[in-house]
Amino acid sequence: MKKFASLMLVAVLALSVMAGCSQKTSGTVTTDGSTSMEKVIGALGEAFEAQNDRVTFTYNPTGSGSGIQAVLEGRCDIGLSSRDLKVEESAQGLTGTVLAYDGIAVIINPDSPISDLDVDTIAKIYTGEITNWKDVGGQDAEIVLIGREAGSGTRDGFESITGTVDNCQYRQELTSTGDVITAVSQNPDAIGYASLASVKDTVRAVTVGGVAPTEDAVKDGSYVIQRPFVLVTKTDTPLSEQAQKFFDFATSPDAAELISGAGAVAAN
Amino acid sequence: MRSRKQLLETAVHGIFLMLGLVTVGCVLLITVYLVVSGIPAIRQIGLVPFLLGDTWESTAAQPSYGILPFILTSIYGTAGAILFGVPVGFFAAVYLAKLAPTQVKSIVEAAVSLLAGIPSVVYGLVGMLVLVPGTRALFHVPDGASLLAAIIVLSVMILPSIIKVSITALEAVPKEYEDASLALGATPIETYFRVSVPAARSGIAAAVVLGVGRAIGEAMAVMMVSGNAANMPSLFESVRFLTTAVSSEMSYSSGLQRQALFSIALVLFLFIMLINAVLNFFLKGQKEG
Repeated sequence: MKKFASLMLVAVLALSVMAGCSQKTSGTVTTDGSTSMEKVIGALGEAFEAQNDRVTFTYNPTGSGSGIQAVLEGRCDIGLSSRDLKVEESAQGLTGTVLAYDGIAVIINPDSPISDLDVDTIAKIYTGEITNWKDVGGQDAEIVLIGREAGSGTRDGFESITGTVDNCQYRQELTSTGDVITAVSQNPDAIGYASLASVKDTVRAVTVGGVAPTEDAVKDGSYVIQRPFVLVTKTDTPLSEQAQKFFDFATSPDAAELISGAGAVAAN
Repeated sequence: MRSRKQLLETAVHGIFLMLGLVTVGCVLLITVYLVVSGIPAIRQIGLVPFLLGDTWESTAAQPSYGILPFILTSIYGTAGAILFGVPVGFFAAVYLAKLAPTQVKSIVEAAVSLLAGIPSVVYGLVGMLVLVPGTRALFHVPDGASLLAAIIVLSVMILPSIIKVSITALEAVPKEYEDASLALGATPIETYFRVSVPAARSGIAAAVVLGVGRAIGEAMAVMMVSGNAANMPSLFESVRFLTTAVSSEMSYSSGLQRQALFSIALVLFLFIMLINAVLNFFLKGQKEG
């Protein structure tokens, strides 16, 4: 029984050590939310840690909805959302601050002859009104629509901008930007959408209404398929000292270069 | 001295009991958690509209939560995998257990074990890069991500369990049965298929059920090749399985949508319980037979 008792003692001690850790959160900034914001928030977090060597920065890529939920439940300091807060979310005592804008590129297979589509045509393609590439000046082949899963910030952004919410006739609903790019690169008749920062050479981004998806075009608003990256905080509860410091840093003009380095366009 | 020994014995006994209870505890915890978190959405949606509704639009302004497409897809997908996988697995097992030379047998068995060890995400990736474009080119369909691609991936994935369990069952057949059959003038092939296979039938049935369990529970690999649109199942259409319905929407879900995902998990759990019950039935049969 002695052995058992000492085992129990060790267990109790180990638990109390862990409990001690969780109480002493000073020096940590926790963020939680949008997977699309990974590059931006990663760059900001790294720079912030480098400037403040006693602060630990964490980012939990769970998705916009989960991030907003996490702030609300106090499980993180700052929530990350790649869409504007919904009315009912703001009503629960949350404030959204736009950190940056992200262009959503409409991507096609490099073998496709198409180079330009306007928002109207894109909407018609995604709602199934246009089903063949020859109707928009391409080859005679059925258009294969690739999109993201329900709840994804990118999908929400794309559908709300193009006015196709709940009406998209997806052939494939994939769960990551990388999968969308891979699927489009594998099928010459496919069309998809992805964060501008993630677009690779294996696919081609079309110009929308004659405007190429570039950083400048997103910034001046001429490229219309874009969405905000939002920092979500509680309206009434002030942030911890270090979280406030990060918030100020991220929204300051100094951070703009880091944000553009990560492929998005800084709001400030 | 004696009492100390006894004490040690009791202590060890206690530790083993505790470790054993950890497993039971996990099962209980998962079961209770699934039931508790799965019931509310079913109540709110209604059992019949939930199970038999044919539209799943979880994030629409007027959401509808019908999971019939997922249930049917899971059943069709698993049936398809069994259709392709069982004949291949069965004949491979008969060959390996009875006919193969020792060297061939050891090499093939190692390969089968390796197949079992490949992570499902790798199956998915290969499927996405090879099988999906291949299906598209071969059948001249607009897109290769389909039920067929998922069935092919699942067929390959269930092969190891079918082959290994069947081999064990076939090797357990008493040699006297076969000797008697051979002595009566039957050829080796006749002996294996008319004597050995019937004698091992419950073990082989268990292998098939194990394959069903593996196929119905697989998520990662089928998510990457099946397209994930919530359509009614059709061979060349993009489809969504019960497993992928849960995993694809879980990360962004909230409210009733999230609860409904737990309800889907509960339905899947009941399916797997059923399969386990069938498996136990066959395994019992094997012991008695």
